[in-house]
Amino acid sequence: MLSTYAPMFMIIAIATLIAGLFYTFATVLGPKNPTPEKMMPFECGSDSVGSRGVKLSVKFYLTAILFVVFDIEAVFVYPWAIQFRQLGWFGLASMIGFLSVVAIALVYVWRKGALEWES
Amino acid sequence: MMSLSETIWAVVKILIMVGFLFNVGGLLTWLDRRQSAMIQDRIGPNRAVIKVFGIEFRLGGLLHPLADGVKFFFKEDFIPPRGDKLLFAVAPILVMAPVLALIAVIPFGDKLCVDDLWRTTDTGSLLFPAVPRYGSCLIPVARGGIAAIDLQVASLNVGILYVFALAGQGIVGAALAGWSSDNKFSLLGALRAASQMVSYEVTIGMSLVGALMIYGSVRMGDMVRWQGDHAWGIFIQPLAFFMFFMAAVAESKRIPFDLPEAESELVSGYFTEYSGMKFGMFYFAEYMEVVTSSMLLVTIFLGGWQLPFLHRDGLTIDIGTWRALQLPMNHLTVTAIQVCTFFGKVLFLCWIQCFVRWSLPRFRYDQLMKLCWRILLPLSLANILVTGVVYLLLDHAGPVLGNTLQMIGDLTQAVVAIAITYFVLSIVIGLIRPTRRTSWVVGSTAKLAQRFGGTPRSPRMQA
Repeated sequence: MLSTYAPMFMIIAIATLIAGLFYTFATVLGPKNPTPEKMMPFECGSDSVGSRGVKLSVKFYLTAILFVVFDIEAVFVYPWAIQFRQLGWFGLASMIGFLSVVAIALVYVWRKGALEWES
Repeated sequence: MMSLSETIWAVVKILIMVGFLFNVGGLLTWLDRRQSAMIQDRIGPNRAVIKVFGIEFRLGGLLHPLADGVKFFFKEDFIPPRGDKLLFAVAPILVMAPVLALIAVIPFGDKLCVDDLWRTTDTGSLLFPAVPRYGSCLIPVARGGIAAIDLQVASLNVGILYVFALAGQGIVGAALAGWSSDNKFSLLGALRAASQMVSYEVTIGMSLVGALMIYGSVRMGDMVRWQGDHAWGIFIQPLAFFMFFMAAVAESKRIPFDLPEAESELVSGYFTEYSGMKFGMFYFAEYMEVVTSSMLLVTIFLGGWQLPFLHRDGLTIDIGTWRALQLPMNHLTVTAIQVCTFFGKVLFLCWIQCFVRWSLPRFRYDQLMKLCWRILLPLSLANILVTGVVYLLLDHAGPVLGNTLQMIGDLTQAVVAIAITYFVLSIVIGLIRPTRRTSWVVGSTAKLAQRFGGTPRSPRMQA
């Protein structure tokens, strides 16, 4: 058990170490002489107006919610996919039932216009 | 607890994979520029030079990634004064580290039997193979060492789920980078990135279900073995291959899906405010994502380290029940060929991704979302149903059809073998053949267009 998972933790540690080293060297090496103009956020030369908390299009929130719905469904489908051969026709019939509910949800979302980005 | 030799082997395997990822990532930055130069009729990068005893080495611009890396480290570091300093620092690490850690579950070779490296199966006596075709090695535990080594950093039973878990972290990194930068362009880029990657994450997950149903396992090694015994995933799940390929390109945020960093609209998207090597980390992580997505595609759909007809006991060509050729090889040779095969396939797919990048224009954002939610998602749901019905029908059809299917599987292997031979031969011929150096007045693109009868706007040229 441990000998299977230990290399995984090793590679995660090494990956974080490499990324951290890259970051540290980037911070330490190199000159530092900030000027007021240099410290401005780069927005094509014009002064930055307003804060970061601007109102965003509601489409992005909708996408996030849709992602949660459909990705959770993918999570339900995975164990079935692995056991698919053993479950046979009965398993397939149950999954068709589940997926048709998903499909109905998709059709509903589509008809409601949540997938429209044009307007 | 891990023994000393296990630890050493783990470190060696990590070094092989991480070294490959780093070098190919660097090479791809060069390849990308070189490829674009070729497509746009330019010479491309050739300025970086190393002088050894007065002789200049340019190596066709290969020194540019190296020069870029060194330069990145010595550039001034910029941190936006009104931004969120902690999140700004965490974001590049969050983007780069998961890409490196993701390769842990990707197998780059079959199980290596250290004690049987030089043994060859005697011709004709298949009863006593040097190394069994399946499972572990003949000698269970060697004297002092370990007998069987998986050529895979961590042979996890959750395999593909680990990949999904880590690939999802890239979204967090991109979103944090844009949010903490205190820049409207960065914020817009981050929103686009989060929205796009989240959408294509669904497609990645759903498109693989069909393949998983057939393989019956999420362990990457099992998938590769199944493909070696039957047929490659691309023949069994062609639709899933293309959907996964599209979603993988979208996840790495490259053209035609590069809206989060669209240069003509958002300066540089969510990493506009990053400078020096911190920018380099985003840039480099993108190229490493190309390599890792190629590795995933190779493992799941293109047979991983499998080469057609090459088994652990040598080359055996079986079409159905007819044996065409048998050529025993020793275990070391077979393993070396398999490892080279895996890395060769990965390089080929990387090249295809570079080619796609420089051939296609950028999508509009609504087209991008439409492609994901209205085309790919219903298609992947349909793919699951069709795969299930067809598989169960074939499963109950009886032995005659089963044998025919095995025959068809062997034939696809033959087709792949011929294709690979042709591909390798054409590369060798292309390298040997002397290059004709001519300066054209018209570009090669125009010449190509003329060969196919000219474009409607431009009448046929007088060559």
